[in-house]
Amino acid sequence: MKNNKSFLKALLNSLTSFGRLFPIMLGVILCIGLFQVYISKHLLKNVFTGKIIQDTLIGGFIGSITTGNPINSYIIGLQLLDDGVTLFAVTAFIICWVTVGIVQLPYEISALGKEFALSRNLISFVISFFIAIATVLILQIV
Amino acid sequence: MEDKRKTRKVPTGIYFLLAVILIFIVLFFIDRTGAKESLKISFNIAKTIIPILVIVIAFTAFVNYFLDSQKIAKYLSKESGIKGWAIATIGGIISHGPSFVWYQLIQDLRGKGMSSGMAAVFFYNRAIKIPLLPMMIFYFSLKFVVVLTLLMITASLIVWKVMDIINK
Repeated sequence: MKNNKSFLKALLNSLTSFGRLFPIMLGVILCIGLFQVYISKHLLKNVFTGKIIQDTLIGGFIGSITTGNPINSYIIGLQLLDDGVTLFAVTAFIICWVTVGIVQLPYEISALGKEFALSRNLISFVISFFIAIATVLILQIV
Repeated sequence: MEDKRKTRKVPTGIYFLLAVILIFIVLFFIDRTGAKESLKISFNIAKTIIPILVIVIAFTAFVNYFLDSQKIAKYLSKESGIKGWAIATIGGIISHGPSFVWYQLIQDLRGKGMSSGMAAVFFYNRAIKIPLLPMMIFYFSLKFVVVLTLLMITASLIVWKVMDIINK
């Protein structure tokens, strides 16, 4: 009986901490809806320059501000490749889509702290840039 | 101090939500179709994540009930080493749904001794989605997916170390 009560307490604690984060989570979900409608594929394609380093950074940045199911990043990535965008940029875009979350940042800060959220996103962005470059270079050699 | 933090947290989330709602209200006057479409997408996302949220809330309760600070510290603290990194990596790879549904669990685990590095490794490896690999291979080739996946797992070692140095 005592154990049941303890588990109930753990469940209640879990629900309470979820409840505290709920408003910001709802705000993030609404933001994702806005981003998916107002950041069009056409707009994405037009920001690339053709320069490898610059485009990899741009790809990573766009991947960081866009969000949603990773499948969407593959579809958009493939379209970008078809439009002549480099694999460097598309790879950075795909990685940052999942590892960096600008839209979710307010929620991440609220849940995990400002220092953690900002440093995690920044490090993930920087590392994603190098992974994108390394992936394509390795593919060219192998 | 703890109380102060708690009372500050709630309004921050509510203000953020109110700001987003305000954007939607303005949008309804400027671009009703776009606003409706955004709401529809948000509603579909919410519908998709509800089952995952239920699992995460239950899982968080289980973690709180079964795992004490000592066990978490043993497996996921700074001192847990490569074994801890492997646990965080596998956890990230097998976790499902958007990252933000996992914030609460990671918040609880960090409160019990999980290091910042391990938490970051968990989130970094969430980019590797086993159910989505066939689709990724279909779009970008097997060679691309193998190289990228291996590089990402290896890079999470750097994420781990750098995060633990920064967030002491």
